[in-house]
Amino acid sequence: MSPEEPRITREEVEHVARLARLELSPAEKERMRIQLDGILGYIEKLREVDVTGVEPTTHVIPLVNVMREDEVRPSYPVDAMLANAPEPEGDCFRVPKILEE
Amino acid sequence: MPAAWTSLTIHESLDALRSGAVTASALVEAYLARIAALDPTLSAFLTVTVDAARAQAAAVDERIRRGEALRPLEGMPLAVKDVLCTHGVRTTCGSKVLGNFVPPYDATAVVRLVALGAIVLGKTNMDEFAMGSSTENSGFFPTRNPWALDRVPGGSSGGSAAAVAADLAVAGLGTDTGGSVRQPAALCGVVGLRPTYGRVSRYGLIAFASSLDQIGTLTKDVHDAALLLEAIAGHDPMDSTSADQPVPDYRAALGQGARGLTLGIPDEYFVAGLDPEVEGAVRDAIAVLERLGARTRRLSLPHTDYGVAAYYIIAPAEASSNLARYDGVKYGPRAAGAKDVVTMTARTRAEGFGPEVKRRIMLGTYALSAGYYEAYYGRAQRVRTLIRRDFDRAFAEVDAIVAPTAPTPAFKLGEKTDDPLAMYLNDVFTIPQPLAGVPAISLPCGFSAAGLPIGLQLIGRPFDETTLFRVAAAYEAATDWRSRRPGLGGLS
Repeated sequence: MSPEEPRITREEVEHVARLARLELSPAEKERMRIQLDGILGYIEKLREVDVTGVEPTTHVIPLVNVMREDEVRPSYPVDAMLANAPEPEGDCFRVPKILEE
Repeated sequence: MPAAWTSLTIHESLDALRSGAVTASALVEAYLARIAALDPTLSAFLTVTVDAARAQAAAVDERIRRGEALRPLEGMPLAVKDVLCTHGVRTTCGSKVLGNFVPPYDATAVVRLVALGAIVLGKTNMDEFAMGSSTENSGFFPTRNPWALDRVPGGSSGGSAAAVAADLAVAGLGTDTGGSVRQPAALCGVVGLRPTYGRVSRYGLIAFASSLDQIGTLTKDVHDAALLLEAIAGHDPMDSTSADQPVPDYRAALGQGARGLTLGIPDEYFVAGLDPEVEGAVRDAIAVLERLGARTRRLSLPHTDYGVAAYYIIAPAEASSNLARYDGVKYGPRAAGAKDVVTMTARTRAEGFGPEVKRRIMLGTYALSAGYYEAYYGRAQRVRTLIRRDFDRAFAEVDAIVAPTAPTPAFKLGEKTDDPLAMYLNDVFTIPQPLAGVPAISLPCGFSAAGLPIGLQLIGRPFDETTLFRVAAAYEAATDWRSRRPGLGGLS
C-alpha cells in the first residue's frame, strides 16, 4: 500500500459508522478518518509477526458452558427494570417505529 | 485530628478501631471533611454517598458497642470506581450515555467488601467506559494528580488512585483492562494490583473488553492490597469466567521475604522511550531486591513491542460489541425527535459518547467488519497467543518479572489529548499482562527530580499473586517512599 493511499476512506468511515449506529457530523467524519488512518498505520506492525500455525487466543482461561436445571427462579420486578428507561410505557420500553409501513 | 486518621492504612485503621482510639463514625467524618475540603480541586469523586456512609458507620459503631467481633474490613471507608454497579447509587461509567443510571443491584466485589464491614464513601471518576490513560476522557470533568495539580492522575482508574493518594479514602477499587489500575497507581504513588484474569468476579462490572477486564485494588501499602484481594477474590456463580480456585491466605506471604526467589528483568521493558529517571529508579529497586536475597537474571519477552497494536484491535473489537447495548431504550437519556428507531439509536449514541469511545467503537467495528476480520482481529488474536507464550517461557525460569509500570511519570493535563496514539503508547508496559492473563502489581519505587512518583511493576504467574505480595512487601519494608506525602498544590 502506497503512503499516499489512505488506509481508510471517507466512504468506509460512513459505512462503519452505519454499522455501529453512530451518527457523525461531517467534521467528525474527517477527523475520524485521519485518526483511524494513523492508528491503523501503527497496527500494521502486526504484519511483521510470523503467525503461521499459531492458534488464536480468544480467552486466556478455558471457557465452558455452564448448565443448570431449567427451573423458575425469582428475578427482578418489572418496575425495577423499567426504572432507568427514558420512555417506559406500561410494562414495556417504548421505542419509535421499527418496521416500515 | 482528621488528617492523622485519614493518613492511615486499612490495617492501621483497623488497629485504631479495635483499640477504641477511633470510632467508625469519626473515621468517616474525617474522610468526608477531607473530601469536602480537597475534592472541589482534585475532582476524584463523581458521587459522594454522604448519608449512606454515615448510616453504615453508625451501624458499625453499634455492632462494636454490642461487643460483636470486628469483621476483616470493619468500618473501612472505600472509594469505588464508577464502573462498578452500586444498588441505588448513580453509576455513570464516566459517560453521559448512562446519565443518571441507578443500578438495581450491587457488583459482587462491592457486595463482598460491604459484607466484611467496609463502607462505600462514593464513586470515583474515570475515563469514559474505562477507555483512557489520564481520566481526561471522563464525560464529566478531569481529575488532578495530588502530587502536581497541573498533571494527570493516570487512568482509567484515576479517580480512585487520586483519592487514595490524597487520603480521601483508605483504599479504592479500580478496574484494569490494559493498565487502568497499575498506571494510575504509578502516577499517583500508591499500590495498584491487577489480579489474574478470573481471580475476581466481574459481575456488576460494566463491560469494556470482556476477555481483558479485571477488578483491582488501589491501596496505600502492599498489606492492604493483600487484605482487599482476599476479600474480593473467589468464584462467583454470577460470573462464569470467575475461576473456581481456592483463595489463599495472602497476608501469610507478606513476611516471607524475597530471599531465594528468581526475578526476571526483561530487556524489552528497558528501551528507547523509557524516561531515564524511571529507568534509574527501577534499576535501583532491582538492586534493593538483590540485596534482599533475590536472584535476578535478564530475559526476553520478544513480542512485547506488538502488545499495543494487538490490544488496540482486540479491546476495541470487544468494546464495539459490549457498547451496542447503549441505544437509548433501557437506560440513559434518549435523543429527542427521531422518527425511527435506527435514527434514534444513532443520534442517542452520537450525543452520549465522547470522542475516545466513538473512536474505539469505530476501530472495533472496522476490525470486525467483512473483509477485515482475519487481517486485523484474527491476526491480533494470534499475536496474543505469542505474547502468552513469551510469559509461559519466562515463568519456566523465573518466579516473577520486574519492570517499570509506566514509561514516564505523570504528564500534563492536555498534553496528549490531541494525539490518541501517543496516549495509547503510554500503556506499552501494562498491556502485555492482560493479553496474557497474568497478574501484576505496581508499587512506589521513587520520585523524579520534579517530585513525581515512579512505579515499579512486578509480574507473576497466573494465580500466583502470593509471590507478588511476597516480593512487593519485602521491597516496601526495605524502603521508605510512603513517608513522602503529596503536596496537593499547598491545599492541605
